[in-house]
Parts: sequence; structure tokens; C-alpha cells
Amino acid sequence: MAIDFYAEVDYVARLARLNLDPGEKEKMAGQLSGILDTAEKIQELDTEGIEPTSHVIDLPALLRDDVIKPSLPLNRVLQNAPRRQKDFFRVPSITGSDQPD
Amino acid sequence: MKLYEKTAGDLSRLLQNKEVSAVEVVSDFLDRIEAVEPYLKAFITHTPALALETAREVDQRRVMGETLHPLAGVPVAVKDNICTENIRTTCASKILENYIPPYSATVITALQKAGMPILGKTNMDEFAMGSSTENSAFFVTHNPWDTSRVPGGSSGGSAVAVSAGMAPLALGSDTGGSVRQPASFCGVIGLRPTYGRVSRYGLIAFASSLDQIGPFALTAEDCAMLMSVISGHDPLDSTSISEDVPAYFDEFDYKPEGLRVGIIKENVSDHFDPEIKAAVLSLVAKLEEDGAVVEEVSLPLTDYGLGAYYLIAPSEASSNLGRYDGVRYGYNAGGDDIENMFSNTRGAGFGAEVKRRIMIGTYALSAGYYDAYYLKAMQVRTMIRRDYEKAFKRHDLLVGATSPTTAFKIGEKTDDPLQMYLSDICNITDALAGLPSLSIPSGIHSEGVPMGMQLTASPFREKLLLQVADYLEKRGLSLGRRPDLDFPEGGFC
Repeated sequence: MAIDFYAEVDYVARLARLNLDPGEKEKMAGQLSGILDTAEKIQELDTEGIEPTSHVIDLPALLRDDVIKPSLPLNRVLQNAPRRQKDFFRVPSITGSDQPD
Repeated sequence: MKLYEKTAGDLSRLLQNKEVSAVEVVSDFLDRIEAVEPYLKAFITHTPALALETAREVDQRRVMGETLHPLAGVPVAVKDNICTENIRTTCASKILENYIPPYSATVITALQKAGMPILGKTNMDEFAMGSSTENSAFFVTHNPWDTSRVPGGSSGGSAVAVSAGMAPLALGSDTGGSVRQPASFCGVIGLRPTYGRVSRYGLIAFASSLDQIGPFALTAEDCAMLMSVISGHDPLDSTSISEDVPAYFDEFDYKPEGLRVGIIKENVSDHFDPEIKAAVLSLVAKLEEDGAVVEEVSLPLTDYGLGAYYLIAPSEASSNLGRYDGVRYGYNAGGDDIENMFSNTRGAGFGAEVKRRIMIGTYALSAGYYDAYYLKAMQVRTMIRRDYEKAFKRHDLLVGATSPTTAFKIGEKTDDPLQMYLSDICNITDALAGLPSLSIPSGIHSEGVPMGMQLTASPFREKLLLQVADYLEKRGLSLGRRPDLDFPEGGFC
């Protein structure tokens, strides 16, 4: 699979919600093509029927008691909010009908 | 001898015998930081008042006759991706520049419970992505052995803090070499524990199936002491393991009689610096003289490790870093609708390497590519684990170089991400397999900077790694050697 990242960079940046300027896009497309070419090497291996590893150490799933424990107080949770209104995180319009804040 | 020149073990004994107070110890390290930090820039945030407060408490408790932890009063530096309640934790990123965690990581709670004063938060590659600490959004950290060189990364600040005598101990994190490679570049010991051995709760996530917190130290004893503070099951981390924690430093009269050592062919490659390779072989020869059985072993999948790692780690990163959206914490760049706000915030808040990895990961996980990239890489990961399982049937210990080169020059690899990634080539496959792996200094290169040797064992055999390191230390290998620092007043940074 030959990779041309130049064709993909806009689409992937949109998926990642990452605003890149034209210079960044140009540089990144070249670098990512190189990195992905290296990653392509794994295609040489026959992995037919091999289980993927999602956890390296085999351990039984530990279940905890279904008991409610105290959470952080509201003010602590909100202390790092860049924009806050009363007890809420404030964000710009999601539906597009409001004025920007 | 100044207090800052002493090992954590010696400081612990001096404190327990009441020959020095914790305030004296902490003050000596704070003075040392003041003297050399302007030249090295290892810390993002200094916490002298907090360190002295902890020291005073420890001294008071000791006066009252309380039995304290052996490391009570022995200070420590902490990588800035480990959350500290009420102390800024930045991950060396603009996006978290002003983040004040409302809670502490489990390892921090453990350090505090042991009475260990925290000296500050150390510099790193942004979000632990990098091999030189040059990806910090704030400044570059200098290698104390040669300030024109990088300290390695991503836990460069922690490695420098220990190497330069600014802290006797430090914590870093290792996703694919980020403790071991800087340990080797700075001439200190660095341990990546078995995946799950140390709680990740409060460690800001990069690649969750790989991230592990690990200690930096001057000696095997010091490393063992810090490991016993941070190891163990944590109900707050569902991937932490309930396996009993051994006493890491109770049997340091180890002899390698019958120890089965495999030299990993791929990690003493002819492409590596010949002096680094020779140093590994000479240390292995010492083990052999005292009864170790040494063989060469091949891990043929090493060549594929880099490819698998650079799909798995960025994929997990792209998912983990989705949380930085300017809503709940961190930088916010504004925007006229919510999607613009997300994109503007992330575009302006993340640095180049973090963006590269988010892009690779997003691509590898996107529709149509998941099977060919992420799933395939996870299958290769299984094959790599089997390779190691096979090797550990014949060997107790696998050894090789920690990195193919010594510390490189600042700026040398910043324009070539692939060359930078190759600096971790020896550290990636054992991380993918979740194995404990230790880097120890193997000697000084003719260029005057340290070299490193890496020892890897099967899961939960950290103690064996530390015993072998301690044995080599007693055979005359100076693990705890620090560079001579003689800086004029002022600082150049």
C-alpha cells in the first residue's frame, strides 16, 4: 500500500479537529508519508489467525463493589475551566443559532 | 562530601541515625538546584516551600519518636506529566500551561505517605512524545555531561535532576523508552517496571497500553527503595496488578552463578556505536566470569517493532488527546462555533510532534484503515510477545545497548522525526511486550559522555534486574558516577 499523505492531510486534520496552517500541512504530509512507509514494514508479516494484543499481562478482570463514592467537589472540577458560567462549562453555540460568546 | 552528592540510601541512613535533618538535606539540594539549574534547565516548576514543609513535618515526627519510612526526608523530583494536587502540571505543553490538578496521582500520594519532599516538576517532551526533551513547549534541557547535547527523552528533566545532583531520586514515565534512553544519556539508572506494576492513576495518558511510571536513581539500592514506594495494586487503575510486591532490596548479596544471559543480537548491532557495543560485552563478560551462562539470542521481530509501535502509540494518543478541547481545562483559542473552537484550540495548543502523532493515529484508526494498521500492529505485538516468551524459556535476562548512540547534539535530529524515533529502537519491543527493563550506565565513551546497557527480564522480575545491577556495581562498575560541574555564576540559558 503506497501512501500519499498529501491527498489525505485535510481530511485527517478535520477528523482530528486540528487546525493546521498551509505550511504545517505541507511539511506534515511529507513527514507522515515517510513515517507511514516505515510502519508499512509490518505488512510483510503473515498475521493470519493471530489474536491481537490489547493487554500485555494476562490478568483476571477485577470487579469492584458497586458502591457510590464521593466525587470531587463541583468547584474543584470547574477550577480549570477556561470559560465558566455558574456551575457549567461555557462553550460556543453547538446548533449554530446563537451569537458566539 | 556534600549532602547532594550522596545516594538516597546513604541519606536514608544519615536521617535514620539522626546525623542530619530532613530540612538540612532538602536545603542542600535546593542550594544545588540554584547553582546548576540555570545551566541545565531540568525543571518546569520548582516547589521549594512545599519540599521544606514536608521536611519539617518529617523532622518533627522523627523527634516525636515515630517510626518513619526509610525514605522519609529523602527528596525526589517528578516528571511534569504526573498530576500533583494544587501544583501546576503542564505535560510541557502550551495546552496545559496553567493546569492545576484537583487531585494527585497515586504515586504522588505514595511519595507523600513515605514523607518524601517533592523538589519540583521536571521538563519533558510535550506529552512524553519525543527522545530528546527538545519537544518541550517551554525550553530545552541540557545534558550535564556536555551542555551542547540533549539529555534524551522524554523524561529528560528527571534524568538530568539525578545526574546533576539536583535530586537523589526522580520519577519519569516510559511509553517506548522514555525512562531508559535518557537514563543512558545522563549516566544514571532508569527502570521501566512491568506494565501494571505501578499505578498509572494521575499519569497524564499518552498511550495507555504502554505507559508506565518508573524511577531514576544513582544506584541499584536507591532504585529498589523508590520502586518499593511506588509499586502495588491500585483500585483507581484497573490495569494495575494485584501481584505481591517483593522486598526489592533485601537480598543484595546476589551472585550470577547459573544466571542464563542472552545477548540480544539486534541490540548490539554492527550499526551501533562500537564503544557502546564493547561496553555491553565487557559487562556481560564479568557476569560470565562469576558463573553466568551467556549465549547470543536473536529477536527477529525487532525490525518490525518500530512500525508496530508507531501505529499503536499514536493511535492511542489520538484517542487520549481528544480530551483537550478547550472546554473543561487547558488552553482555549475561541471560535465562532464549537467545532472551530476545538480545531483552533488544538491547532494553537499542541506542538509539532504531538500534531504529527495525532495525525498518524487518527489516520490509522480511520474508516477503511483500521484493520490494515491498528489491528495488524496489535497482531504483530502478539508475535513480539511470543518471541520474548520463547527467549525467556532459555534465558533469565536479555541484554543489549540501551541506545545505538550516546547523547546527540541539541538540534541534530529535530528536523527528521524518523531519525529521532530510531534513538529508541532498543526500547520499543520490550515495552510492547510489557516487560520490566532497566538501563544502567555501562561506562564513559571516549567523547566523555555516558553509555548505557539495557537488561530486560520476564514480567515481575524487577528484583532480578536490580540484583544484577547491584552485583555489577560491587564488581567495580560505578553506576552512580556524576559529571563534574563547574559553572561560573550566572547561567547562559
